[in-house]
Amino acid sequence: MRRLVTDTLIIAERNLLRLPRAPELLIGFTIQPIMFVLLFRYVFGGAIQTPGYSYVDYLIPGIIVQNTAFGGFATALGLNEDVRKGLIDRFRSLPMSRAAVLGGRTLSDIATNTLSITILLITGVIIGFSFQTSFPEAIAGVGLLLLFGYSFSWFLAFIGLLAKSSETVNSIGFIAVFPLTFISSAFVPVESMPAGLRAFAEVNPFTIIVDAIRHLWLGAPAGNNVWGSIVWSLVIIAVFAPLAVARYRRAAGR
Amino acid sequence: MTDQAIEIEGLVKHFGDVRALDGVDLLAEQGQVLGLLGPNGAGKTTLVRVLATLIKPDAGTARVLDFDVQHDAAALREQIGLAGQYAAVDENLTGLENLTMVGRLYGEPRRSAKARGMELLERFDLLDAASRPTKTYSGGMRRRLDLAAALVARPPVLFLDEPTTGLDPRSRLSLWAVIEGLVAEGTTVLLTTQYLEEADRLADTIAVIDHGRLIAEGTSDQLKDRLGGERLEVRLEDGADPHLAVAVLSAMADEPATVEDGLVRLSVRERHGVIAEAVRRLSDADLGVEDLALRRPTLDDVFLALTGHVAEEHADQEEEQAA
Repeated sequence: MRRLVTDTLIIAERNLLRLPRAPELLIGFTIQPIMFVLLFRYVFGGAIQTPGYSYVDYLIPGIIVQNTAFGGFATALGLNEDVRKGLIDRFRSLPMSRAAVLGGRTLSDIATNTLSITILLITGVIIGFSFQTSFPEAIAGVGLLLLFGYSFSWFLAFIGLLAKSSETVNSIGFIAVFPLTFISSAFVPVESMPAGLRAFAEVNPFTIIVDAIRHLWLGAPAGNNVWGSIVWSLVIIAVFAPLAVARYRRAAGR
Repeated sequence: MTDQAIEIEGLVKHFGDVRALDGVDLLAEQGQVLGLLGPNGAGKTTLVRVLATLIKPDAGTARVLDFDVQHDAAALREQIGLAGQYAAVDENLTGLENLTMVGRLYGEPRRSAKARGMELLERFDLLDAASRPTKTYSGGMRRRLDLAAALVARPPVLFLDEPTTGLDPRSRLSLWAVIEGLVAEGTTVLLTTQYLEEADRLADTIAVIDHGRLIAEGTSDQLKDRLGGERLEVRLEDGADPHLAVAVLSAMADEPATVEDGLVRLSVRERHGVIAEAVRRLSDADLGVEDLALRRPTLDDVFLALTGHVAEEHADQEEEQAA
């Protein structure tokens, strides 16, 4: 058990060490989300009606949730590369904890997500976002985001191990994750969507987590959203962590 | 505890319909270099992966230093080092960071892992590049770093999977010298290669493998002896008829001579007097000779004789695709 903890931390440290040296990934975490915030706020913002909130207040929780989900792509792309380049073979020939490679990978996503959440919140505040709730609630929101991001890392770990190339990882991300984040309450109120889409958006876990963050940051009605988000995150971990571990064993055992 | 470092019995591994290993038996003594020679797709890499506990065999047993690769895998991993044909180092980490990480994953504290990393970098002539990301390294430097990573915990058994594939001749020579140094220190090495020259130079015992089966085993000399005797090679002057040369020379040996690209080849049992007799026969037939030589068979000849095809050094079929 001690071995699992230390090895996980060593792998996480390795992932964070290499981050500043792979600038394309760092740009993905920092510049790109800022660009999306500005585009939505200033290009679409004026046309989207969000009763009860200014669009910037409405937007920031949504776009941060989307960005947190995408944070796990570091795991997907990183694992994919490690398998292809034989680094997984090296790890598996070492007397280290079997679970540490996946554990360390997903753990380092928490650090990168903390960074991108901070950057987006600062950007948000600069363009007019303001918390309507207490400090502990705001922090609870960040914690919930990190939990959700962590669960999504396990889903993306599975995708990264499944895919044959990094291009495949990217297209799965864009085809599966992008629409899922858009057909939710992240950017527009679900009431504005056509009936079928709206029905889907209302049960979409992204809607639940976005509404939970709006509750914790803006004081929106709580509903079951906070608990719902926690349950969804735990379910995603419970489903995809074993799948990713099984896939890791197979991918490494080619 | 036997003095066998590697004991393999009846090892079988399938990938779908492909029998990558088809009942391999093999022994290697401690302190020896066992060369596993074969073309791409022969099953060499699969064998190394089974021994390095990366994949489980479908049948048969394999023991390394008396540890069973399946049942004692965790303990065995403390004893082995693996360097592969795809230099498995993190491109975005520096040489020192890579080695320190590996040392720490062996359970070393950071400080001593770092010290060991510096020691290895110095030994492999990488000290100047210690704090550069390895993506800036040349192919030869990466292979040396990969080998250094395999040596972090001073393993008594080392698996080298095609350590010099794709390297330029100079880097290959320097890597060979490094491997010879390790062997001199008593490390047991299992080396796979598709380069006959490499097996000839490094290996004490050579096992020739093709289509997942062991087709021959012995020292380089023993394998060459199996072909029987020496090779006489005759290059004729322009205009001389090679078929006439084949006719007059074939009487000297059990098997008829062959001709390829104007080079006439003949296997002879005895070295003694062969050149004189060949020259006499050729000049009696009025055939001009440009060059004539006796040579020991190379491992290329061995491979051709054993498998019926030449060793494919640039085979297009990657072993991985069988997986």
